[in-house]
Amino acid sequence: MPAFWHWFVVGLTVLFIIYCVWLVSWSAKQGPKDVADDDLVGHKWDGDLEEWNNPAPKWWLYLYFITIAWGIGFLVAYPGLGNYQGMLGWTSTGQYEQEMQYAAATYEPIYEEFAAMDFAELTQNQEALSLGKSLYASYCTTCHGSDARGAPGYPNLADNDWQWGSDEQDIVTTILNGRMAAMPVLAPALGGDAGVDNMAKYVKSLSTGEADAGAQSAQPMFVALCSACHGVDGKGNKIFGAPNLTDDIWLYGSSHETIRDTLLNGRNGQMPAHGEMLGANRTKILAAYVASLSRQ
Amino acid sequence: MRHETIEKSMNLMIVLIIVAISIGGLVEIIPLMFSADATEPDEGITVYSPLRLAGRDVYVREGCYNCHSQMVRPFRSETERYGPYTTAGETVYDRPFQFGSKRTGPDLARVGGRYSDDWQRLHLMDPRALVPESNMPGFPWLAERPVDGELITTKLERLRMLGDPYTDEMIAGAAAEVAGKTELDAIVAYLQDLGINRRNRR
Repeated sequence: MPAFWHWFVVGLTVLFIIYCVWLVSWSAKQGPKDVADDDLVGHKWDGDLEEWNNPAPKWWLYLYFITIAWGIGFLVAYPGLGNYQGMLGWTSTGQYEQEMQYAAATYEPIYEEFAAMDFAELTQNQEALSLGKSLYASYCTTCHGSDARGAPGYPNLADNDWQWGSDEQDIVTTILNGRMAAMPVLAPALGGDAGVDNMAKYVKSLSTGEADAGAQSAQPMFVALCSACHGVDGKGNKIFGAPNLTDDIWLYGSSHETIRDTLLNGRNGQMPAHGEMLGANRTKILAAYVASLSRQ
Repeated sequence: MRHETIEKSMNLMIVLIIVAISIGGLVEIIPLMFSADATEPDEGITVYSPLRLAGRDVYVREGCYNCHSQMVRPFRSETERYGPYTTAGETVYDRPFQFGSKRTGPDLARVGGRYSDDWQRLHLMDPRALVPESNMPGFPWLAERPVDGELITTKLERLRMLGDPYTDEMIAGAAAEVAGKTELDAIVAYLQDLGINRRNRR
């Protein structure tokens, strides 16, 4: 703070404290000697009930002075008067750093201990899982739901279907770095509305097993366009996060309209990166919890 | 009896009350207007792009601040959940800032990039489609309302008069940037940009 504003703050604050002391002293009646016999405020109720203008109790008056003294003490101990840092050297960021250091010293060893464990073992460890559960509640529920069963477009984590893989490394990478799915817009390549219709039917038939003539006609196109990511058999590929189309689990929904929408507009499901927020140790604990949801 | 002098004279009392409550403001607020901490932008903080500015205005209009704060306080319990605490230098281009004082919903100071664009869109349209426990209202009309390019251009000009460093090119291109965009696009762009200069850094 520039010197002018430093003295501006100091000057006004000190003057105001002096003013407060003076005002309270000046306006207060000091004691019974100040009370005159006829010092009534002039109100009258029920004919003869009147109000005296007596001094406030002493303890009340002292409270004012105690408050002022407290304020002066505060300004001496803590930063408040311009650039003066206070005798205690307290800062809000200093207090925060202290809190963080304490937390790191207290909790990091716990995380490290779990992070050093074998992943499969970790998915069975009740303590680690309860830690993972609270991490899940803080960071994951908004998209994947408090029951981990997801929402349209946000994968169910409690089932056994894994878009990006279910190994330790897969789940950890998903949490640390995030994922970005890239289902392109396929309508132009499919040859207009009829093509999109047939392909939607074919994709549906992969899981129902019931393909009519229209659906079957899209099969060569599926091999040409879709198999690069979803595989010729439609079983998906975790490298691209391409879902398995042959099971009965649908990320965006299984209706004909929804599948058409996917083909017409593409899908770009995104898992945000949580690495910098969670760090490696906690990520492993969280990954173990997520893995445990479907391995129970 | 001297207190009566003040208590029985309304004009004197008014003057003294104004003096009393002004001191706090003079000491706490005025010096900050000349303090670099509060007036210089932090590293990475730039003026709002036209689309984000439009989104910010939607945020204010819809009263998002009634339930969402935009200030992460320097406590571990907050930084663990939301990200690094907020600094004054991050809000220099907020007129007015959106600190808020109530958290029915979560703090949004570092919400940028926390969820995907699609999530934000769907969640604004129908929060309970994604979070069944949510009590946030839906804002489906945002998708139907276009952003007014002319109005945004004017706003940029006015903000420049207040000292925000908008360039001539930015103002000239403002209408083009928001052309064809809805208010939903604008608020999603605004939200996805919130706090990302220090996002996730500790």
